[in-house]
Amino acid sequence: MWLEYLSVIFILTNFILLASSRLGFCIKAVTIQGVVLAIIPLVHEGDHLNVASLVLCGVTLAVKGYAFPKLLNGAISRARIRREVEPLVGYSTSILLGLLMLVFGFWLQSRLPLGGNDGLLLPGAFFAILSGFFVTIGRRKALTQILGYLALENGIFAFGAAALPEHPWMLELGVLLDVFVAVLVMGVAVFRISEEFEHIDVDRLRSLRDPVGEG
Amino acid sequence: MSQTILSIVMFILSLALCPLLPGIVNRVKAKFAGRTGQPLLQKYYDLGKLIRKDVVYSTTATWIFRACPVAVLGGALAAAALTPFGRGGALVSFQGDFLIWAGALTLARLFMILAALDAGSAFTGMGASRETWFAVLAEPAIFLAMAALAVISHEFSMTGFFLALTPEATSRHFMALLFAALALFVVSLAENARIPVDDPTTHLELTMIHEAMLLDHSGPDLAIIEYGAALKLWVMASLAVGAAVPVNIGSWWLDAGCFLVGLLVFAVLLGVVESVMARLKLNRVPQFLVGAAVLAAISVILVARSA
Amino acid sequence: MTVVLLLAIPLAGALLALALPAAADRYRRPLVPAVALIHFALVIRLWTGRADSLPELESWLAADSLGLLFLTLTSGLFLPTSFYVIGDMLRYAEKRAAAGVSERVYVVGLLGFLFSMTAVCLSTDLGMLWVAVEATTLATAPLIYFRKSPGALEATWKYLLVCSVGIALALLGTFILAAAAGADGNMTLNIRGLAAVAGSLDPNLLKAGFIFLLVGYGAKMGLAPMHTWLPDAHSESPSPVSALLSGTLLNGAFLAILRTVEIMTAAGQGEFANELLRLFGLFSMAIAGAFILGQKDFKRLLAYSSVEHMGILAFAVGLGGSGVYAGLLHAVNHTFAKGCLFLTAGNIMFRYHSKSTLTVRGVRRGMPMNGALWLAGFLAICGLPPFGIFLTEIAILVRSFAGGRYLEGGLYLLFLAVVFIGMLGVFLGMLRGEAPELPEGERAESPLMALPGLAAIGVVLVLGFGVP
Repeated sequence: MWLEYLSVIFILTNFILLASSRLGFCIKAVTIQGVVLAIIPLVHEGDHLNVASLVLCGVTLAVKGYAFPKLLNGAISRARIRREVEPLVGYSTSILLGLLMLVFGFWLQSRLPLGGNDGLLLPGAFFAILSGFFVTIGRRKALTQILGYLALENGIFAFGAAALPEHPWMLELGVLLDVFVAVLVMGVAVFRISEEFEHIDVDRLRSLRDPVGEG
Repeated sequence: MSQTILSIVMFILSLALCPLLPGIVNRVKAKFAGRTGQPLLQKYYDLGKLIRKDVVYSTTATWIFRACPVAVLGGALAAAALTPFGRGGALVSFQGDFLIWAGALTLARLFMILAALDAGSAFTGMGASRETWFAVLAEPAIFLAMAALAVISHEFSMTGFFLALTPEATSRHFMALLFAALALFVVSLAENARIPVDDPTTHLELTMIHEAMLLDHSGPDLAIIEYGAALKLWVMASLAVGAAVPVNIGSWWLDAGCFLVGLLVFAVLLGVVESVMARLKLNRVPQFLVGAAVLAAISVILVARSA
Repeated sequence: MTVVLLLAIPLAGALLALALPAAADRYRRPLVPAVALIHFALVIRLWTGRADSLPELESWLAADSLGLLFLTLTSGLFLPTSFYVIGDMLRYAEKRAAAGVSERVYVVGLLGFLFSMTAVCLSTDLGMLWVAVEATTLATAPLIYFRKSPGALEATWKYLLVCSVGIALALLGTFILAAAAGADGNMTLNIRGLAAVAGSLDPNLLKAGFIFLLVGYGAKMGLAPMHTWLPDAHSESPSPVSALLSGTLLNGAFLAILRTVEIMTAAGQGEFANELLRLFGLFSMAIAGAFILGQKDFKRLLAYSSVEHMGILAFAVGLGGSGVYAGLLHAVNHTFAKGCLFLTAGNIMFRYHSKSTLTVRGVRRGMPMNGALWLAGFLAICGLPPFGIFLTEIAILVRSFAGGRYLEGGLYLLFLAVVFIGMLGVFLGMLRGEAPELPEGERAESPLMALPGLAAIGVVLVLGFGVP
């Protein structure tokens, strides 16, 4: 039962990510996703908790619940980014597309033979993956692209939590480390971009092009 | 007490109590702002005062303008008659009655809009245009929420929807009902000109929606329209509360009490929302309503899966 | 033990380089060739088979024949490049010192890259493999940004984003495979373990997982249409880094794809995997051909040539049978030929201060040694005899026709011809004509800087005469 509630929160955070115009709010949404992901294994395993999963939960909390928002908020204030999302695709359209993605997630769940997964976490995971992908493409700011990447990553983690009966926790630690460093490096890159170009609009990063592509 | 008598009692109670809801909302807002606030019965006083006044009609106004109060009251009354208030069910109930219900409310709105255009003032026309825009956007959320209720209850009338929500059904579909109630709550914010969508207390006509349409009405006409608005708020609130609060808890008075307490909570929530939120930019309102539709759609998905 | 050392030594080198103060560039530089030499020696030790295995590590890290091949490629290209890097650092040292730029990031990045690439080659577990491939992305990002120009920044951002998102999809694919394997309770991500049970896994899950893995690692490998980061990153990073990106990093992703193909084949889904590979391969070749024609930047040109060759690799593996063998050999040839070209391109850029194919003229007369290397590299990369690529490209074609795939073989030949024509014009234009006058006191080229390229092209030449 608790798993269902957490899954619903997970799904709603994706809608917030798609719908919100405030960068700070989007960061919060992704943070909540991270916290939910940290708790889910504990709920999943219930009685037979072991040290490994506790450690993993702690590390996930520290990285996704604390370090990422701190990093991203830091990047906003240091790079003096305008706190607006600036979408290429409108908010209402994004929300409706999000609904389609969610429905698609449910459809996938019914199609994929992942035994015993009738909960909400699996469709939620697909939804997060798709909406993360969408945000990476459909938003103008470099920072929102990082947020999209994080949502995508969260979705994959959620998929792992839903579909893998027992976790290879070494793997998850390694993944977490990589993602952490990736966000760190991307954060630095965002800062440099804002220094160099006085904006972080990715659609204006287009000096490197090919003559053929333009005809 | 039999079903019929209970529904009649609840209907009369609703007609009598509906002006109380705006009073409660205002009191909550006043508490948030640190003021004492108006008396709870302020709406009654307002209505009484307006009724004693004379009507003034614009020289350009036609019969449409005069017909407006009648249509508004008629629409609201018809909707109220179709709305189940708690366990008693609706005064009138038949298959597909929610379509008529929505139609009655829309008819009232249609006359409001026509009257606003008829009055010939720029502000009323602007208000009418916005009202139409948002009404269209609110519709999908209402019907999606209804669809969710229909799937849960396997019924096709509003009374059927809500009478099927016994405590067992509610706990089984807890999540879906929560989303449906939330969607209905958000829609009732928009439909009743409450804050994130419209500001009922502003004095700047440019930013108004609903109130802008009423600028040219006066006297008993205005009183009737205001009463109709209060009744509509009560009706919409009843739907949201009906989705959230189960029926058949125990005896009939327990059900009725729960329902009324639910309405009270609804009004308080409304006051809290109005106090903590700012009015949205006009171009953000559609997004807000699309969000409500998404909540309702999630509700449908949830029940469709468990059904 | 050798396996551990192979990982430990680059890592130790990277940490040491990081620990040295920013100003101590003079002492930091020799670390690169030193580590490269030790690494190469260790790889040779693995070849001789005297390496003692560690059973407790085997499920994560081991050197199987495929991994060893790619490890050799990595180490073999890293070695000449490491010497080239020293020269490259020395000749730009004055300018960098004036700008107050330390080489610390450069050296740490290079050694970190060697470390992560080694991990990629040695991984015997899909999860471990993923972690290592993502680590290569992160280690190379600072290298691409090293020149700190706006263009470099843009390239770095695209690289980070496209590769990270791509690789995230590969992680999803990995999880799907794990879920397929975990359905009957024996959760494993070990490649050999997965291959052993592959036959009993759900075919739909396997296919879904493979698609994600192919798209994900394909983005890193530079298969079209996920190749967009590749020309930018290659043209903006320092030349030795471009050489390593093209010559080894892409191979690492290719290895990852090979590993998954191995599992698919074991599951009896080989034809599904092969069809996708051939599709992506031919599409990459077509895209590369389109962008090579009329290309105005010779480093981008080389980058697109890498896209083309990655396409050839995918196509070759997709043919199955002896095609896989030809593909692997082709990977060896491409690594060294492209390494030579990028290193030579670095020399040309140093002399002409330009990447434009229109302003660089008279390389043959102005820089005889590099001119010869440039010509040799061109002949090699376009598959002309007597270089090794000629043999492998013919072998792939023969395999395609022998398998009855006449249309695909014809397309393959057509794209090769388009690329050849596109590159021919550019290379001849650059080689011919009169070189501009040199400023006073500058040397056109240094023999030492030509040596690493010569060594690399030598390998391709030898492979053209016979395969050991």
